[in-house]
This record gives sequence, C-alpha cells and structure tokens, in this order.
Amino acid sequence: MTKKQKKVLIRIILSAACTALLLFAPFVPESGWIRLACYLVPYLLIGYDILRKAVMGILHGEIFDENFLMAVATVGAMILGEYAEGVEVMLFYQIGELFQSYAVGKSRKNIASLMDIRPDYANIEQDGELKQVDPDEVAVGDVIVIRPGERVPLDGVILEGRSALNTSALTGESLPREAGPGDDIISGCVNTSGLLRVQVKRPFGESTVSKILDLVENSSLKKARAENFITKFAHYYTPAVCIGAALLAFVPPLFAGNFSVWVSRALTFLVISCPCALVISIPLSFFGGIGGASRAGILVKGGNYLEALAETKTIVFDKTGTLTQGVFAVSETLPAPGMTSSDLLTFAALAESYSSHPISKSLREAAGEKLDSSHAKDVEEIAGHGVTAQVDGRAVAAGNAKLMERLGVSYVPNEKPGTVVYVAVDGRFAGSIRISDQPKPTAAKAIRELRSQGVRTVMLTGDAAAAADAVGRELGIDEIHSELLPADKVTQVERLLSQKDPRSTLAFVGDGINDAPVLSRADIGIAMGAMGSDAAIEAADIVLMDDDPAKISLAMSISRKCLRIVRQNIVFALGVKALCLILGAAGRAGMQAAIFADVGVMVLAVLNATRTLRAAKKQA
Amino acid sequence: MQKKFKMEVDCANCAAKMEEAAKKVDGVKNVSISFMAQKMVIEADDERFDAIMKEVVKVCKKVEPDCEIYL
Repeated sequence: MTKKQKKVLIRIILSAACTALLLFAPFVPESGWIRLACYLVPYLLIGYDILRKAVMGILHGEIFDENFLMAVATVGAMILGEYAEGVEVMLFYQIGELFQSYAVGKSRKNIASLMDIRPDYANIEQDGELKQVDPDEVAVGDVIVIRPGERVPLDGVILEGRSALNTSALTGESLPREAGPGDDIISGCVNTSGLLRVQVKRPFGESTVSKILDLVENSSLKKARAENFITKFAHYYTPAVCIGAALLAFVPPLFAGNFSVWVSRALTFLVISCPCALVISIPLSFFGGIGGASRAGILVKGGNYLEALAETKTIVFDKTGTLTQGVFAVSETLPAPGMTSSDLLTFAALAESYSSHPISKSLREAAGEKLDSSHAKDVEEIAGHGVTAQVDGRAVAAGNAKLMERLGVSYVPNEKPGTVVYVAVDGRFAGSIRISDQPKPTAAKAIRELRSQGVRTVMLTGDAAAAADAVGRELGIDEIHSELLPADKVTQVERLLSQKDPRSTLAFVGDGINDAPVLSRADIGIAMGAMGSDAAIEAADIVLMDDDPAKISLAMSISRKCLRIVRQNIVFALGVKALCLILGAAGRAGMQAAIFADVGVMVLAVLNATRTLRAAKKQA
Repeated sequence: MQKKFKMEVDCANCAAKMEEAAKKVDGVKNVSISFMAQKMVIEADDERFDAIMKEVVKVCKKVEPDCEIYL
C-alpha cells in the first residue's frame, strides 16, 4: 500500500469506529442540531477531501464528476435528516475507492514488472577487481564482464568467452542462442553459462533494452478507439444522469407527493451512476494485452494498433527474409548416373572453396564435414561463368550453363526456380545442384493459421515470377505479385487498401530493411527479426523480436482476446449500472447496495481485464 | 521539443481530465498522459518550455489536486 492509501485506511477505521459509537451512544439525541454536530465529526473526517474536490470542481467549471455526485448525495442525505446514512455512504464510497486503487495499483505493477527487463548494473574491471556501476555510466569502448546468470546490460561485441544466451525476455523464444568471440551481443538477454568479456558498442540510452522499454512504456500513450470512446461517453453520461436525477427528485412528487422519498431515491440514483468500473478496466485491458504480447516477443506500440490488428482481414507479406530465410541454401542435388549426391557436393564445394560468393558459401555448408581446401589446386575463376580447378588430380568445373557450353560438356538442364550450379568432372557432366532461398520452417503453418481465421494473404516480391510462384504455392498464399520494384510495392498495397472492406484493416509484414514506405502506408506495419535493428523498431507499429512468422497469428489472437474482454467489460459494467439505476429509481436499492454493486462490478471488471495477460501466455 | 515526465496520478479518469486540461494550455502542441505508465509526454514551444510546464502543472492541480508531476 502506498502512503496515500494507508492514510485513507486510517481515516476509514477512525470514522467507522466513531460512527459505530454514535449509533449506540445513549447521549446522542434522536434529532436536532446536537445530533447533526455529532455526526458531522465522522462525516468530515472521511469526506473532507471529497467535499473540497467537489467545491473546487464547481469553482473551476468542472462539475459533474464523481466527487460532485458523492457530495450532493451525502449532503442531500444530511439535509433530509438521514445523518447516519450520509456518513455511511461516504464511508462505503471511500472503502470502494481504496479497494479500487489498491487492486488497480497491484495489477498495474504486475503487468509493469513483466515488462521490466531493465538491467540494474554492469560489471567493470578496475585494477583487477570487478566493480558494479550503473549501466548509464559505462562509456562506449569500455569492457564489461558478464557473469553466468546475469542480464546483459549493454549492447556490444564479445571479446572473450563463450556462452548460451537466453533471449526469452526479448523474443519469447526459449531455446538459448550460442555466442562466442566476435559475435554481437544484445542487452536484455541473460547469460546462462560462461563468463563473457564484452566491449560496449552503444551508450545505455541507445541500447536495445532502453529502446524496447521506451516503446512498451509509451505504448499506453497511444490510445485505442475504445479508450477514447469511454472518455467521450463520460462527457455525455454524467450530465445525463444528473438531469435524470433532478427529474426523479422533482417530477414524481408533483403527482404523488412525498417529496423526501423521491429526493432520497434521486440521491441513490446519483451514487449508482459513477462510471468508475468502465473507465478503469478498459485501459487496463489494453495494458495487459500489450504486456502479455511483449512477453511473447511481440512489441505493440499502442492500444490503437492492438485494436486494429483484431480487425485485420488482409495481410501482405514481403517474401525475402519474411516468409523465406533470406539466405541461400542447397535445396536439391541431381547427380548424373554413376555419381552420388555427396560426391557431387564435395567436388563442387572444393572447386569453389576459395570463393567468398554466397553461392560457394552455401555449397560449403551443404557439403558438411570440414573441407580441406588444399585438395583444390589451379583454381581459375571465369567471370560470369564459374570456376575450374584440379581436385585431387581430377579436372572439375562448376558454374552455370554457359560454362558447360564453353567447355563443350553436354549437360541436363534444370529448369526449376533458383540458381543452378552445373558440375563437370574430367570433361563429363556430373550433375547439377540447385540453390534457392528456403521458406522458413514455420511459414507454411503461419499462412495456414491465418487463412483459417479468414485472412486474405498476399505476397509481394522483387524476385522472378518462377521463384515467387514456387514459394507462394508451397506455402499456400492466396495472391502472389512478383518482379516488383520497391515503389511498385507501395502501389500494390494502395490497390489492396482500396479493395478491402473499409471496416477491416490491412497489415504489411516486412523485415524492416528498405520497406519503410510500405510499413508506414499500411494500416498496421509489422516488422520482424527486429532484435538489434533500430530501423525496424522505428518504422513499424508492431515489432516481432524474432523472425518467426507464426507470431503474427499469435498476435492476432491476443488482440482479439483483448478486444473481447474490453467488450465484455463495457457490456457488463453498463448492464449492471442500468439495472441498478432502474432499481434505485424504483426505490428497490438503497445507497449502500448501490455502492457495493459499483465496487463489485469494478473489481470483476479489473479481474477480467487482467485475463488479457494470460491470453498471451496460454497460446505462446 | 518533446519531453517526458514521471508523475503520480490516482485514476484513469483523472488522467484523462488532466490531459484535456493540459492540451488547452497556450503553447502546448500535444500532450498525452498514461495512467498505466504514470507518465506524461508533452510537446511544446522550445523557448517557453519551462513556463509552459509550470502552467501545465497548475491546470493539472486544478482538475486533480491529488496529482504529482515530477519536473
């Protein structure tokens, strides 16, 4: 409990004790000003701040807030001679407020602590001893030491040591990542095994962890439509209720008489009308949804984006690096008769072993076991064709079709998409190796899940039609547009935007590299693989920390669940309110019941709101 | 210039009211208060920033006397 809350608690206890004493004390007269004076003690003790706020509100032209409602209701009760009731109502109201502020504060802290990946200190080596300093004080170029079990405080590059890094706080991914000397290391990860010495590359203020914390904290500043709806709603609601109460107090007595009964009903009506539950539960739901999502490695920059994502019916994907891995890998080997796949790969990899071209790299990777490049001699590169070399005394040629033609080798053409390397050994065709960009392992599942949720999937790429169609068909994408220049991608997205149902939204998913214009043009820009990439974090509305496309459908289900909870709360709170208002107007519910109903609705709504947190956990 | 301030505010409704009041202060271009993060982000004219901030605190105290803004 905070100091403020403790103070209120003490006031509640004192005032309650005082009221109880007065109720049973024999010296208090049945009526009259002495009785009033007696009851004014606990009343002012518990309600002075409410009365002050109500008066100040009126002076500042801010009438019709809950303080005003409570002041009118309790002062009204006092005037009617219902002294005990006036005190009780104020007492219950304060108990409710205290309960609310405690519950809300607690859930707020729970959510905030989930997102807290702030490192507390960094270890700096000084005169052979480790010293703990504030990460803010570490300069670029300094060397810090990270012991096993500690959180990486700053971005840098590993100088010494090997370790497995747990990135789950950033990405939601539970598999640790291996890192060794020369590798970049990102703040916010946890060092799980070895001692690391790291040279700092960026000041704390610009580190990944600061950027993420900033982004998540600021997310609650971008308010969702539903949140603004409540603010606007309160604008009309409170005056409407006050007018209703005034009518209730003065109109029925004209016909039925019994003025004081109707006034007290009108006061009850006022007390019931406080819209607290609604006002508190909605931002809390969005905050919980955003917090839960960030736990799963999905950063949402505002409640408005979470809301928009729930309505997404079209998702446009960039191909390279988003649906595919963006790196070339051997996808097929077609050895000629008398040759095995592994021999074919070894010959090609050895011939290309001196080249740094990405194709040679993927050949070497596919060949597997450590290649001894000393087996290859007399390597000759023929620009635009390939290489020839002597491998263990045999003449090997590896390159494109033009190389085969130039050497006069009759080869079997491979027409499938991708880059094809033809290999000849001793002047005879040995086979072909196809190298292409591979779809990510989870891409097909991601597309399938999205389509089962009724989302139209579109793929845009600058690649040739054959390669694009092959990937698109394999993944089951609805629409494929290939051979696009970056500007064409914007045109395509604009065309799709004009085609869609205006109530639905369109999301664009890219890797954040050179697709910033499209990211900002789409209703929602989603950048993936953003760990350590500032550009992507800046440009997008939603950031996936790892590069798993399946996170998109997870993000969508979190957003839908969050919105569902928001709607439940709106309907539930308004429904109970309406019911209580009717009962109050009919004289069936007293003020105490009204306040208990209000606090009950509020607590249930807050508990419901915190479910958004768990929505992400269950599905991750 | 855009600046962030830590603050203490008790309820979401009060935060909304303070935000509305702060927006009306002369020289304030944009302001957003987050009850959840207990934070205020404000964008205002550079040369009068401190004076504007003082005025913002004043109007916020007016609508919600219990609030605290840490300048």
